[in-house]
Amino acid sequence: MGEIKFLQGNEACALGAVRAGLRFFGGYPITPSSEIAEQCARLLPRVGGRFIQMEDEIASIASIIGGSLAGTKSMTATSGPGFSLMQEALGYGIMAEVPFVVVNVMRGGPSTGHPTGPSQGDIMQARWGTHGDHPVIALYPESVPETYYEIIRAFNLAERFRQPVVFLMDEILGKMNESVEIRDDIEIIPRRKIEGDPSRYAPYAMKEDIPQTANYGEGLRFHVTGLFHDETGFPDVSGDNIQRSIDRMFRKIEEHEDVIGKWEETGTVDPDILLVSVGTQARSAKMACKELNREGISAGVFRPVTVWPFPEKRLAELSRKAKKVLIIEMNKGQLADECRKFIDGDKIIALNQLNSEMISPREIISTAKGVL
Amino acid sequence: MFDYSKYLRMDKLPHIWCYGCGNGIILKGAVRAIDKMGWDKDSVMAVSGIGCSSRATGYVDFNSLHTLHGRAIPYATGIKMSRPDLNVIVFTGDGDATAIGGNHFIHAARRNIDLTVVLFNNNIYGMTGGQYSPTTPQGYFASTAPYGHIDPSFDIVQLAMGSGATFVARSTVANPREMEKFIHEGLKNKGFSLIEVVSNCHERFGKRNKMKSPYEMIEWIRSRAVSKVKAETMEPEELEGKIITGIFRQETRPEYVEAYDSFVMQKAGGGN
Repeated sequence: MGEIKFLQGNEACALGAVRAGLRFFGGYPITPSSEIAEQCARLLPRVGGRFIQMEDEIASIASIIGGSLAGTKSMTATSGPGFSLMQEALGYGIMAEVPFVVVNVMRGGPSTGHPTGPSQGDIMQARWGTHGDHPVIALYPESVPETYYEIIRAFNLAERFRQPVVFLMDEILGKMNESVEIRDDIEIIPRRKIEGDPSRYAPYAMKEDIPQTANYGEGLRFHVTGLFHDETGFPDVSGDNIQRSIDRMFRKIEEHEDVIGKWEETGTVDPDILLVSVGTQARSAKMACKELNREGISAGVFRPVTVWPFPEKRLAELSRKAKKVLIIEMNKGQLADECRKFIDGDKIIALNQLNSEMISPREIISTAKGVL
Repeated sequence: MFDYSKYLRMDKLPHIWCYGCGNGIILKGAVRAIDKMGWDKDSVMAVSGIGCSSRATGYVDFNSLHTLHGRAIPYATGIKMSRPDLNVIVFTGDGDATAIGGNHFIHAARRNIDLTVVLFNNNIYGMTGGQYSPTTPQGYFASTAPYGHIDPSFDIVQLAMGSGATFVARSTVANPREMEKFIHEGLKNKGFSLIEVVSNCHERFGKRNKMKSPYEMIEWIRSRAVSKVKAETMEPEELEGKIITGIFRQETRPEYVEAYDSFVMQKAGGGN
């Protein structure tokens, strides 16, 4: 058994990141994520890492892309408006295949919206916020301990797939305190050291669809650009190369869903009513499910931890057996809309709320009973 | 004869710049200045934004990074924070560094982080077809100023000085030896260095302003260039429209990453 710490969600995020090997943080203050920057400012210089408060969120994400390309595990943390500002560079990270982590502690939007209120309004922005077609990895924990372990997984996925990872939290999760057991047996994927012949080195030569890119300043001089490029890293905007590159980038993520995908199933096996929810809201759904089960109602919860790529196959399977699929979100139904792609629309019930409060178990129970 | 092939990716030539473009002169000056530093090529990191100037990173045989429009400096900041031992040079333009990237420019100068910024100032957005930039002179024409340009210009040297840069210089493509010397001085400075080089874009700027050829444009630049020493003896009205060249600041102030390591890391009890 590891040490038990009583931590705030944002604090657990910073501690987990440092545990995962974070050594450079570039950020800009924004509610309700600021404690992540504050913790990184405190922790990083203790372990030989560096922190910088940049002039805005665009500079923050740009700085961590630079930091990561130079060989240092890097992260930034923000919330709604800042996440909007970061979208262009997030796309750069996907295009240039740079590993880093962007934390978005979701607050009420659009615009300045409600800085101190929770929301799940950025589920779709995490998926399609940057322009162009692109694959995305986004994780979203439900609790403080899960935040600690999932942020480590976020870094591992970033390193393994050479892909930026979006780490979603919400205002409730960022600001709440819970106990976390800090285990010793955690797998950390280190930054790869690439060796090769400097005269013929190709930073975007692929191994199982993943580029074998070195770090800057380690003897293999190479070029990186946000333009479509060939395996040498230099621009190639021929139609063939563009098609091939996008297809390969999607394949890189989609064909590894066994590693990237993660979800939790609780309650009745093959339930009549399936509750689908993510983040802190899922805890309310799980409580509602317990109560429904206690009353003898066949109900289960499906909680994606990896939100993108969405665990579509498993959810489709469960939905075929269910009479109703109740999708519970603190937004206008962003996941419900996603589910309409592969679940019979008549089965879907969307329970949504945008009043800066989590949807209560009571409300979920009464909706569930009402539709069965 | 200077052997450019030692520093250029010869297989990437010819470059995309128009015939007679001043950018090539600046690239040569930068390469010659880097050579004088005697640096191992593996230790040099060239970072650029978007625009004609920013294509320079593709041609130099260093570690090279072509970033987003306006963001070369924050990318370079992250690289320097990650690997302070790398010699980081930023190639940028007037639009890239003082319009879309203006905020990053002043804050990097304020921090005095060890970056050498070579700013190609051609007074126009060349790559997108000749729209006006923050340094397009008033009264001239651009594709987005079809009736004449009304915006006052940035004085980039003053901007860098006001923001705290520790090395600030300006030269022109009409005076390549001076430019090379200034870039070399900038590379030697341990801190934020800005070398503005006024360049010619006869294709996108000149053609709209009765200067169709590189020769006419470079003459236009040469005729307006006045050394700092001479400028000090001139009246303000005589200096209107002139390009004042020279080293405007060369001073020592704690470099950002060194300060972080010697102060913050020390206090925190960390260190490598």
